[in-house]
Amino acid sequence: MKKIDILMAGVGGQGTILASNILAEVGLELGYDVKKSEVHGMAQRGGTVESHVRWGEKVYAPLVEQGQADYLLGFEMLEAARWPLYLKEGTVVLINRYRIPPPAVNLGKAKYPSEQEIESLLKGAGGRVIWIEGTGIAGELGNPAMVGVVLLGAVSNLLGGAEEVWMKVIQRLVPEKFLELNKKAFLAGRALIIS
Amino acid sequence: MKKLMTGNEAIAYGAYLNGVRVGAAYPGTPSTEIMDNFSGYPGVFAEWAPNEKVAMDVGIGAAYAGTRALVSMKHVGVNVAADSLFYAVYTGLKGGLVLVTADDPGMHSSQNEQDNRNYAKFAKLPMLEPADSEEAKQFVGIALEMSETFDTPVMLRTVTRLSHSSTSVEISEEAPPAAPPEPPLYERDAVKFVMVPANARRRHPVIEERIKKLAEYAENTPINRIEPGDDTIGIIAAGSVYQYAREVFPGATFLKLGMVYPLPAKLLQQFASRVKTVVVIEELDPFLEEQIRLMGIEARGKDIFPIIGEFSPALVRERSASAGLISTPAAARAEAAAAAAEAAELPIRPPILCPGCGHRGMFHVFRESGALVLGDIGCYTLGYAPPLSAMHTTGCMGAGIGVAHGIGKAGVKDRIIAVLGDSTFFHSGIHPLIDVLYNESTVTVVIADNSVTAMTGHQQHPGTGITLQKKTTKAVNLEQLVRSLGFEKVDICDPYDLDGLAKTLEDHLESGKPSVIIARRPCVLYAKEKRTAPQIDPELCVNCGTCLELGCSPLMQEEDYVTIDPILCNGCGLCVQVCPAEAIIAR
Repeated sequence: MKKIDILMAGVGGQGTILASNILAEVGLELGYDVKKSEVHGMAQRGGTVESHVRWGEKVYAPLVEQGQADYLLGFEMLEAARWPLYLKEGTVVLINRYRIPPPAVNLGKAKYPSEQEIESLLKGAGGRVIWIEGTGIAGELGNPAMVGVVLLGAVSNLLGGAEEVWMKVIQRLVPEKFLELNKKAFLAGRALIIS
Repeated sequence: MKKLMTGNEAIAYGAYLNGVRVGAAYPGTPSTEIMDNFSGYPGVFAEWAPNEKVAMDVGIGAAYAGTRALVSMKHVGVNVAADSLFYAVYTGLKGGLVLVTADDPGMHSSQNEQDNRNYAKFAKLPMLEPADSEEAKQFVGIALEMSETFDTPVMLRTVTRLSHSSTSVEISEEAPPAAPPEPPLYERDAVKFVMVPANARRRHPVIEERIKKLAEYAENTPINRIEPGDDTIGIIAAGSVYQYAREVFPGATFLKLGMVYPLPAKLLQQFASRVKTVVVIEELDPFLEEQIRLMGIEARGKDIFPIIGEFSPALVRERSASAGLISTPAAARAEAAAAAAEAAELPIRPPILCPGCGHRGMFHVFRESGALVLGDIGCYTLGYAPPLSAMHTTGCMGAGIGVAHGIGKAGVKDRIIAVLGDSTFFHSGIHPLIDVLYNESTVTVVIADNSVTAMTGHQQHPGTGITLQKKTTKAVNLEQLVRSLGFEKVDICDPYDLDGLAKTLEDHLESGKPSVIIARRPCVLYAKEKRTAPQIDPELCVNCGTCLELGCSPLMQEEDYVTIDPILCNGCGLCVQVCPAEAIIAR
């Protein structure tokens, strides 16, 4: 059974926690030993959020080790750019094309990196970078906060697992009134990357 | 059946499975979800106490009555509860009592990095430390039995990585514990439970004898175990760090400690004699290492691994390789990646107040007032950061008012504001507020009332009128409470109304009297309010940056004007009020 290490990086309020819960539960459904760890710091909204999900035959640490990530899901461009140390040759990097400038950028005290800079940082570390219009797609469906589910849809074909398995977990974890929209968001993401 | 649970969920589940009936806590990251989860099990009583000391006393009372009890708090909460913890070690209990300390190596959300294993030695009680959620569940049961067998409270230590990591837990198919048939009888035993000096002197030798017996127990408990492997290196580890070490030393011989105090001397000697080099891997203090060395065992530890900060598999690997314990693959690519990342100088993203947060308006007004602001711990601590930059001290819960009073008494001529949140006020703000009145200072105390314990994830408190178990209850009225203490100058303001708050604050600061302002605006996330974002007219915007000084994330600097991200914006209207060009239009 292959080990799969997944990192998620975003900004508080973007739905990284729900997405990592779904990913962990799907791993269990597929028969992996699963561990998951997240740090959401002090802020309810607006701070950096990171989440580690590990699938494997037997997983010890709940943290992905530097240079070992198989996937990086960036919910926000700058947050994605922080993880080159964790990549290796061929790490699949999905970046949601969406920027939330931190305060220093808005105050003119720091520069938000360009898409090219972010891409070359992650490519330089071995990443296979794929841009996703996650917030755009989720917004068109009616709620930009579903970006995480769009990203999961996009990565689902690469990770494996039948569509029913993913849907079953989404059904279990997403509140009833948002369920149909989230299923749509997942399928929209799933259509983006075939394999 | 297996289920993914966080360490905190597993502790709550373990408490329920093992018949804990009373739980008490004060919210604090990373401990909060323990009591949150426990409160949902049938047949239990669970509460948010006003602070950790009260929670501790509630747990002790329940255990005195012969009922199993769980008390949980973050590491610094144990400082608050310590007085009670120490007497409970002397008196002992009737029912099992477990105190969970949730430590925060790396200070993800804390003011210090204290290692609460030291409390076990200091207070002379046993401490267990699980390494994953399954152990967390099981160790609660072991701790309760140990508590009853040895007549002592038992501490269970978790860390952020355990509390907030999810791993598989075996779910019991057995029926949940039955309700006790009769109310417990309280057996009166003053010699044991009244700690006057004469009785306490009788108890002290009992405590010393008990800790020796616990060390004997530690020799044979299956939660301390040798995991045989290659005998070149013998690793001693506990908790989350054990998992990191397992990643790095897959084939080594391990002594996996589930009980970190007191230590099993014979088992340690036996372990040391079978391996060539003993290496202790532990986060923070050399707590195990020092004791192990005092046993005459040669061990490596803090000469290799840092005393500061949170560990990770990568850190353990890197330090072990530097010390020659393992060989490591060339990491040229990683180094190049690190160098490139550093060269890119990515802007940091510090935590900031949420869009629509009432505290933002309050700190804007504080900054404009030029007063000295002595702060406290809560979401509002973020008001210290640029661009608001309107808080000048923060130490611990409840500290701000006393510090403000002391600065005033030292003769500092600045106008002085003490600010703290509603939940923090109930936690430890009332006593220093009494001091302000009793010892006559002119501090203006601002209670930033968002009507919930927001930072830890919206827990109830004595002012909300709702209990942890969602019962309606008497809400303590802040204004009445403050007036009843004797404060004559008390006002309630809405921090969304910048002019109104500024006028009231000016009046209070110039009054020469001790006074209280309640700046009331319910937390936007809890109230789930979403107002329409205002719009900026780029023709009118003079790009002066005044609105950006609010430090509100939806306001974004474009080339020569500012925009508002409607996804992030909560429509509080502060930017509309501060814009000197009237370019921001409310909708």
